[in-house]
Amino acid sequence: MTGRVAISSEAEPDRFLPRAGLIRGWLDLYLTMFRIAILNNIHYRVANYFYMIGMVAEPVIYLVVWSTIARQHGGQVGGFTAGQFAAYYIVWTLVRQMNIIFTPYGWEERIRQGGLSAMLLQPLFPIHRDIADLAGWKLVTIVLWLPIAAVLTLLFSPELSVRPIDVAVFAIAIWGAYLVRTMLYWMLGMVSFWTTRVGPIFQLVFAAELLLSGRLVPLSLMPEWAQRLADLLPFKWTFGFPIEALVGHLTEGALLRGLAMQLVWIVIGTIGVRIVWHFAIRHYSAVNG
Amino acid sequence: MARREPLRALVLAGRFFRIGALNELQYRANFAMQLFQSAIALGTGLAVLALVFGQTTELNGWSQPELLIVMGVHILMGGVIATLIQPNMVRLMEDIRLGTLDFVLTKPDDAQVLVSVREIRIWQAVDWLVGAVVILFGVTQLPVSIGPGQAFAFGLAFVLGGLTIYCFWLILTVGAFWVVRMDQIVELFDGVYQSGRWPVTIYPGWLRVSLTFLVPIAFAVTVPAQALTGRLTPDTLALAAGFAVALLAFTRWWWRFGLRRYAGASA
Repeated sequence: MTGRVAISSEAEPDRFLPRAGLIRGWLDLYLTMFRIAILNNIHYRVANYFYMIGMVAEPVIYLVVWSTIARQHGGQVGGFTAGQFAAYYIVWTLVRQMNIIFTPYGWEERIRQGGLSAMLLQPLFPIHRDIADLAGWKLVTIVLWLPIAAVLTLLFSPELSVRPIDVAVFAIAIWGAYLVRTMLYWMLGMVSFWTTRVGPIFQLVFAAELLLSGRLVPLSLMPEWAQRLADLLPFKWTFGFPIEALVGHLTEGALLRGLAMQLVWIVIGTIGVRIVWHFAIRHYSAVNG
Repeated sequence: MARREPLRALVLAGRFFRIGALNELQYRANFAMQLFQSAIALGTGLAVLALVFGQTTELNGWSQPELLIVMGVHILMGGVIATLIQPNMVRLMEDIRLGTLDFVLTKPDDAQVLVSVREIRIWQAVDWLVGAVVILFGVTQLPVSIGPGQAFAFGLAFVLGGLTIYCFWLILTVGAFWVVRMDQIVELFDGVYQSGRWPVTIYPGWLRVSLTFLVPIAFAVTVPAQALTGRLTPDTLALAAGFAVALLAFTRWWWRFGLRRYAGASA
């Protein structure tokens, strides 16, 4: 099948849900999709564990490098002690797990193999499926993460003292980070509608994110200009902020401001996704639909 | 055939190399893409080094040019893995899962050689070049110059390291005879391989031992880098050689052992 698929992707999904129970309808939908994702992933728990162990390698490397430097410099560098680095990078592992999103590389396959066609047939904007699917998976991996965190805690003895408000903000911020990142990488992934040579673009964004999000090092260790640049970009709200909400002793004002910034980026991202989708879907001609 | 085996393996590898190269040469734009990606990776690596040396003058006794050499060796070995080793192992995993390994086993040649040389990704060889340039640059920044002896030790350690990594990958891949779904292994390896960007001596004891004997990153990256930075003792080089030989022998046995589990096509 070639030619434009004039499926009205814009069709408001709620039109298909019972009007009276709009919220209940959405809730049902999400809960069902969670349940499917959870069952699926419990099934592949060994594969999930492999995956998570591979993921832990990255922060452990950063942690070792920076705590070595801290120890060389009489116990701390840039205001961080080895124990504080340990806390930062152990919390990092959960934040990383939480902000995994549908990979922008996946769009190419979705488009080429026509997987998107099936999604378009459903009376639901496809992003909900991605959000719910990965959120369900996260609920499984949080459980798998607990023993990993315990082992890392034993090995690297983090210094951590938290107030209830830190925990509360953290619990919200990790989901906020997930949504910010989802919107961002949905927009980026949709570039695949125009070109198949997306690799370099993605790599550039990933590199920028690595350096300017707090994923590589706490942002306070970056040069002044890089920190100012990071303030203008969404990346730090997906890594640095959630981590520091728990370990960084932020003031209440800073905590709430952070959540507000996440909300701002979620709104910008949602509008951006809608706009890009509007133009992108016109380029879609399904193969093998 | 048995007596000519080493030579025959080389001839086979050469043939497959030509086919693979011709195949990939059709997609020249990929070269530009790879160049760009390698440039980004290099830029990121340099930024990380700059960050570290913005805070300190040496990391556990390794100076900036010395760590640059470690990074160069890491990129170079990464290029070798991505060009020659990983593509073969991914295809082997796939063949075991689908049962298409039959097509290899029915060929009148050594199956282990065949599965190890079938695939090649020539554009990934950009990283050979990038790695070599970084190493050379690092060497020129060193206060002392490198003699032919050290260069030879580096070459030897690098080849041994490459063999060790090959064995490690094949040992893992053979696991696919038991555990059919292994797709996460590639990511697991890539994640752990990143630890080689730093000399393994900076890691705490348990991790250093794991990165030496469990996942042989130390032999693949740190030992060759030690050769260029005046740290390599004859003992270490001998250990690297002994370990590589022992691992090759074990891999051979393990491959045959795994093969007995193989049930075949459309099973």
